[in-house]
Amino acid sequence: MTPIIDVCNIRKSFGGLTVIDDCSVRIAEGSITGMIGPNGAGKSTLFNIIAGSLAPDSGEVLLDGEPITSLPAHLRFHKGLLRTFQIAHEFSHLTALENLMMVPPAQEGERLFSNWLRPGRVRREEAEVRRRAQEVLDFIGLTRVRNEPAGNLSGGQKKLLELGRTMMTEARVVLLDEIAAGVNRTLLGDLIGNIERLNREMGYTFLVIEHDMDMIARLCDPVIVLAEGRVMLEGPIEEVQSHPEVIEAYFGAQSA
Amino acid sequence: MNELIFFFNYVVVAGSVTGSIYAIGAIGVTLIYSILRFAHFAHADMMTLGAFIALLLTMAFPHAGDVVGLPTAIVMLPLSMALTSLAAVGIDRVCYQPLRAQGVRPIVMVIASLGVALMLQGAIRLFAGTGAQSLYVEARKAIFRIELPGVARPIVVTEPQLILFVLTVVAVVGLQLFLTRTRMGKAMRAMSDNPDLARACGINTRVIITLTWLIAGSLAAMAGTLLSLDVAFKPDLSFFLLLPIFAAAIVGGVGNPWGAIAGGFLVGFAETLAVFNWAVLLRPLQAMLPAWLELPNNLALVGTEYKIVVPFFILIAVLVWRPTGLFKGKVI
Repeated sequence: MTPIIDVCNIRKSFGGLTVIDDCSVRIAEGSITGMIGPNGAGKSTLFNIIAGSLAPDSGEVLLDGEPITSLPAHLRFHKGLLRTFQIAHEFSHLTALENLMMVPPAQEGERLFSNWLRPGRVRREEAEVRRRAQEVLDFIGLTRVRNEPAGNLSGGQKKLLELGRTMMTEARVVLLDEIAAGVNRTLLGDLIGNIERLNREMGYTFLVIEHDMDMIARLCDPVIVLAEGRVMLEGPIEEVQSHPEVIEAYFGAQSA
Repeated sequence: MNELIFFFNYVVVAGSVTGSIYAIGAIGVTLIYSILRFAHFAHADMMTLGAFIALLLTMAFPHAGDVVGLPTAIVMLPLSMALTSLAAVGIDRVCYQPLRAQGVRPIVMVIASLGVALMLQGAIRLFAGTGAQSLYVEARKAIFRIELPGVARPIVVTEPQLILFVLTVVAVVGLQLFLTRTRMGKAMRAMSDNPDLARACGINTRVIITLTWLIAGSLAAMAGTLLSLDVAFKPDLSFFLLLPIFAAAIVGGVGNPWGAIAGGFLVGFAETLAVFNWAVLLRPLQAMLPAWLELPNNLALVGTEYKIVVPFFILIAVLVWRPTGLFKGKVI
């Protein structure tokens, strides 16, 4: 089976510092793949290369066997490759509902001229998008704050909104960048539940970067361990957690 | 009564004219800032470019306006706006886009725009010469004198001034509807709020940038053409407006179109009020004043030649009291 995301021999350096060093990763369709590694292992850099926010020095990224290495981020979005941000991003002046309504791809209103040429169609689509946004808010449990400017939401609610954005369109792969960071335990349960439901019911593939080992253990299989810009190990969480090299790389050498 | 009419002509009319020009210019500056995050110093010269294109078109077809009974330059205005906005997009592609691709700091963009300003001015001087030219080619400016009963002095408004007021209102209302009602406008606001997120939402930010230049360029052409229609075309016509326009944008809160409009009118009226000779209004009251108090001939706050200090004064005052501008700026 071809992997849905195939990262081949990626290299990336900043100045003289090589951050990703000939790294290859494959993500199976329908999986929730975790990615862990100590600080500076290159997780975020690799993530940004897959999302299209950074260009690699060499190597290729394939989506469903199709090279997307030089595709800009907004076109990757239209191919169903979505991302969330480590520090929750929101359009702080728009309400939660309007934030979600910004998302859907290829909207009629965004083409320059149809606004004036086909106003009826634009209005129908807008109503459809609003209905969809409302459904998503129900799903992620944010209906109560739908008319609140997103800037006023709590950190955890913003993370839920980030996840909600990915549900506004036909996503295939969703890249989650430390979505659990700064989220309280109750909301974290909601987040994990939502991610599992999206994976099970809508067939989303997830790539999860996370520091919270608890969350990785509850959610991810397989887990990829990055160290010094390359894949050190890949396997089920139990195997990864008990691997001596991982313990050393991830938790530091135990001097005891 | 005569004195009040004098006040109306020299403050209300003149202030509205200057205010409208500043406001339209400041909207462009503020839109560019909110999307591209740099101060566009070539904006005033884009206004001149628009006026120059209108002048060329008017010289080419001097009688085109007679058909509809409007000045030819007004008939040519849509075309000049279209051409100037295309030129703005072209300038962006050639001069700013390569810098953006390198991820340079905003100050580099500002300096680049200063270069574009000098280049545009030089190019226009090369073709138009350095002198002043009327945009009324083979025609005369219509001046309306509105006589009020029992008053000797009429209210004086020129045709370009009236057109300017109407078009300013149309442009402001149109922009507001565009930004709040259309998805493209909302996408533009989204990008000014958070460009990374806008990209992650599938918004094509290059299209938004192009659109920003189209809007800013056409507004600049409109302001420049109407200004030179009212006064006369000169290659450095709008360069001297750059400082008041930036003052207006900053006073209103950079990135806020409504703030730009308010700032434009504030600066425009402050200028005309500052150079107005208040002695004219006080003279009828001479009889009521004590005999020892003799009114001087000129009671203006500053001489006309020092008009340019007024925007700076307002700018400094606002920056001291409300550093974010009168209205909170940064995001459309």
